Amino acid sequence: MTDQTPISREDRVEKLKGVGSQRKRVEDARFTQGKGNYVDDIKMPGMLFGDFVRSPYAHARVVSINTEAALKVPGVLAVLTAADLAPLGLHWMPTLAGDKQMVLADGKVLYQGQEVAFVVATDRYAAADGIEAVEVEYSELPVVVDPFKALLPDAPVLREDLEGKMVGAHGPRKHHNHIFTWEQGDKDATEAVLAGADVVAEEMVYYHRTHPCPLEPCGCVASMDKVNGKLTLYGTFQAPHAIRTVVSLISGIEEHNIRVISPDIGGGFGNKVGAYPGYVCSVVASIVTGKPVKWVEDRMDNLMTTAFARDYWMKGKIAATKEGKITGLWCHVTADHGGFDACADPTKFPAGFFNICTGSYDIPVAYLAVDGVYTNKAPGGVAYRCSFRVTEAAYFIERMVEILAIELGMDAAELRRINFIKADQFPYHSALGWEYDSGDYHTAWDKALAAVDYEGLRKEQAERVEAFKRGETRKLLGIGLTHFTEIVGAGPVKNCDILGLGMFDSCEIRIHPTGSAIARLGTISQGQGHATTFAQILASEIGLPADSITVEEGDTDTAPYGLGTYGSRSTPVAGAATAMAGRKIRAKAQMIAAYLLEVHDNDLEWDVDRFVVKGAPERFKTMKEIAFASYNQAIPGLEPGLEAVSYYDPPNMTYPFGAYICVMEIDVDTGVHEIRQFYALDDCGTRINPMIIEGQVHGGLTEALAIAMGQEIAYDEMGNCKTGTLMDFFVPTAWETPHYTTDHTTTPSPHHPIGAKGVGESPNVGGVPAFSNAVHDAFRAFGLRQSHMPHDHWRIWKIANGLGLHG
Amino acid sequence: MIPARFEYHRPADVASAIALLSEHGDEARVLAGGHSLIPMMKLRMAAVSHLVDLQDIADLSGIRIEGGRVTIGAMTTQHDLIVHDGLAQAAPILREAALQIADPQVRYMGTVGGNVANGDPGNDMPGLMQCLDATLHLVGPDGSREVAARDYYEAAYMTARADDEILTAISFDVNTGGYAYEKQKRKIGDYATAACGALVTMEGGTCTAASIAMTNLADTPIWSEEAGAALVGTACDTAAIDAAVAAATAAIDPTEDNRGPVAFKMHVAGIIIRRAILRAVSRA
Ligand SMILES: Cc1cc2nc3c(=O)[nH]c(=O)nc-3n(C[C@H](O)[C@H](O)[C@H](O)COP(=O)(O)OP(=O)(O)OC[C@H]3O[C@@H](n4cnc5c(N)ncnc54)[C@H](O)[C@@H]3O)c2cc1C
Repeated sequence: MTDQTPISREDRVEKLKGVGSQRKRVEDARFTQGKGNYVDDIKMPGMLFGDFVRSPYAHARVVSINTEAALKVPGVLAVLTAADLAPLGLHWMPTLAGDKQMVLADGKVLYQGQEVAFVVATDRYAAADGIEAVEVEYSELPVVVDPFKALLPDAPVLREDLEGKMVGAHGPRKHHNHIFTWEQGDKDATEAVLAGADVVAEEMVYYHRTHPCPLEPCGCVASMDKVNGKLTLYGTFQAPHAIRTVVSLISGIEEHNIRVISPDIGGGFGNKVGAYPGYVCSVVASIVTGKPVKWVEDRMDNLMTTAFARDYWMKGKIAATKEGKITGLWCHVTADHGGFDACADPTKFPAGFFNICTGSYDIPVAYLAVDGVYTNKAPGGVAYRCSFRVTEAAYFIERMVEILAIELGMDAAELRRINFIKADQFPYHSALGWEYDSGDYHTAWDKALAAVDYEGLRKEQAERVEAFKRGETRKLLGIGLTHFTEIVGAGPVKNCDILGLGMFDSCEIRIHPTGSAIARLGTISQGQGHATTFAQILASEIGLPADSITVEEGDTDTAPYGLGTYGSRSTPVAGAATAMAGRKIRAKAQMIAAYLLEVHDNDLEWDVDRFVVKGAPERFKTMKEIAFASYNQAIPGLEPGLEAVSYYDPPNMTYPFGAYICVMEIDVDTGVHEIRQFYALDDCGTRINPMIIEGQVHGGLTEALAIAMGQEIAYDEMGNCKTGTLMDFFVPTAWETPHYTTDHTTTPSPHHPIGAKGVGESPNVGGVPAFSNAVHDAFRAFGLRQSHMPHDHWRIWKIANGLGLHG
Repeated sequence: MIPARFEYHRPADVASAIALLSEHGDEARVLAGGHSLIPMMKLRMAAVSHLVDLQDIADLSGIRIEGGRVTIGAMTTQHDLIVHDGLAQAAPILREAALQIADPQVRYMGTVGGNVANGDPGNDMPGLMQCLDATLHLVGPDGSREVAARDYYEAAYMTARADDEILTAISFDVNTGGYAYEKQKRKIGDYATAACGALVTMEGGTCTAASIAMTNLADTPIWSEEAGAALVGTACDTAAIDAAVAAATAAIDPTEDNRGPVAFKMHVAGIIIRRAILRAVSRA
């Protein structure tokens, strides 16, 4: 074989398109041509369609269900109710949070839109007609949408199935609508600090309920082959292997007889982590009918019933010296979980990693308690483009620091600077139990402030306030600061599991004889570009061009077991597995090269894409040559072929961070805002593909903009969801989306094989406080301390009105 | 999001369309661009057993400007309004308003007739047509008749049109005075939180004609005769504009929705009306 590799080392590096390359996304060819293959594109012979009769009430007893008329609708084959599922034990299912959830209404409904019956028909049109023909008699019960009212002694009992059970999955329950209390840190020490502090700022910070709203809603196709006993389940699953295990555990079908496939996924953002009644009903319907059954949500189903996010009432107290050194942090969260606790958190963390709420600051002592509460709202509480509850935590601390700055009469940038964990304090042990791996916050902060001319902005702002007071303008200027620290990449198996499954991840690599490769992973891309970036990691590790490496995910029959993609864990965990598997390949390749070059292993050194004899640069074997040799040479003591698998259990999480600054103009009369500038500095450790990072940052910031400025799932007093369509649920268009300036520093993770930390979620985590702080900051001169999101026109108007700015 | 079963008709002329409407009574509805009607059917909030699609009736589309009068066929799309050269001269307010309706996708499909006929208080064209003092041309089994846009709207989705009548065209006088259409909305694709059309003609520093109409601030569009009158004969100075804004806001009756409570809408309406008048005056 002749090798065509160009001689120059730079050329060879460039040809690999490895780590650091602005490689174009290989996925985009099919997506931009409309050639993706999503779950709703899957069509199977004889496939049926299932859809739900849903409750119009938020809390009601189901008196009776009459399916007679529905069964007469042409095309309707079956209508499943809880009574049909009960003999199989499938009318309830376990949730990821240790609770259980009704698959179909079992005697009562707990939220509007809850699944009551499943109509199976020849097509979705017939199913829709069937749904209308199902007659359900309800008797309404008192509705509780406020988590504080849910805990009053005389509040209606929501979960009758739990009556008398005073211990739940996470310890004692204090009340019939209480789920758990989760405590972290040192209560007594923190309270002592608060009692003796120079200054204590206290505030209730609400992070409202919203929804990940992926472009593609949730859905599946279940196909039970009754001849061979195999179930194939296609679906929008962010964790296909975990879904396979769950399906096996609740259906009793042996795991080897279940094949779960996640095809292309049109965005997940946490919405597609959990298990939904639609999956269970489709599987049951396929078993009953012997035909494939498809279920796909529409937009209203998605917004109203599958996995919401946030809904945290965070009461905070932050103590400091007169000079602004933070001395302690206290936090109590009332967490509204809806009708069932269906959060997708690691088992031991019922409030996720909310205990990252000390943020980027060196806070000596802290205490946190979270109370989970049932209400008549949809279940969920997923991590919407963030690691478990990290966005709530970042918002909380970044608001508390701003409020403390007000209390101290200090500049909020300076207050942050004097409290940042210093570069030489890493690895840093936080008061709430984490070990931050690496960071250099001061460098990032100074770079960010300089980039926006922070001093100049503050001067302009002060002049604006004066001009406003003189009646020369009706617009105020807000400068929104954020320095966030995330905790991602769950996680070490010793403390992170979901349903007992350790949160490792995996990669399996096969090198083909001609020097190309396939890598299979336990994760699944939902738009993150895994096929592009994982090939880059591997290209740098094994010296084969990224363009010659196929990355495959999502088919449990072929991919190694992994816990899936959410919580920014793909790069920290599966990316690490990829590098480690690559290193196993390289280790074997070294032995093959040594054999071919007739030298000792130790006489070789790695050089981009080849092993070179030390001191004899003309003697080398490229990976391409080695790959072929592995298939055609009988090498003593070595098995043929070149394959490796790695299951990676990370020693720690990774801690990406960033500094974001938003400059916003606010019209006090209409509540309309305009974002004049948005600067985002991200430090995600080693940067695998700068272009993909930029894309992730743009997307996440746009979601953050939506959440901070208008997006919400709102209910009225009767538990009616008021934001069930995209007319009212804010998803920005290009028009509302500002220009973003992105920047970076690079502080690699010391424990990750290539130093990467994950970036997909940073912009959502850091963006929300940046936008929200800008709104608050605009009104700081007029006495505003706290006003809850979303900051839509009327709520901003209300701030101005409440401060007397309308004359 | 799947509508109930319906029959689909596609007549080639107005007479056949009216015959279908007469035959099926309140079970039938005409379909124009479908961007108001079809969502309602998908939500099963409107049950229509017979859909009479007007798109094959060529006479219903097109823009004519003749003898100082503009006539727009009912099936003319909102996009057509934006790209028509003559119209930008003859009634520039239409283009300015059309650009603020929904988004390009909706405007390619949505028609002027559908927007005007529907009676949805959120639609922008009805207020605009009242502002322009347009005439609506209706044809029914008993022949044709004309109704002033200012007399057409009775309540939300209730209009002077009988179920078996079709809106064929809308006409109004060429208007080259100062104009403005101001609209506050939450995002592209949203209906107005408050919107206002203003037409102001000035001669030698004095206002000779003014017309002010508002959108989504009551269950019908609101044309305020008093607001216009407050400007006519003045130099459109601050006092006159204050009076016009006061008259216009006195005529509205917004309701609370996800955009905000009544107090907010009243306040924002005042701001939007003022901005519309100021901009129209600056162009007069
Ligand atoms: C996302 C979205 C955003 C929107 N935002 C706005 C906005 O900001 N401002 C705005 O003004 N509109 C908005 N619209 C509405 C859009 O402009 C509609 O297209 C328009 O209101 C109706 O026109 P149509 O041709 O689609 O009518 P259709 O939906 O076909 O019909 C609407 C109604 O009018 C009747 N009708 C239609 N044509 C006639 C006729 N010739 N004679 C008698 N009756 C008739 C129909 O029977 C039906 O009852 C929006 C729509 C969408 C989907």
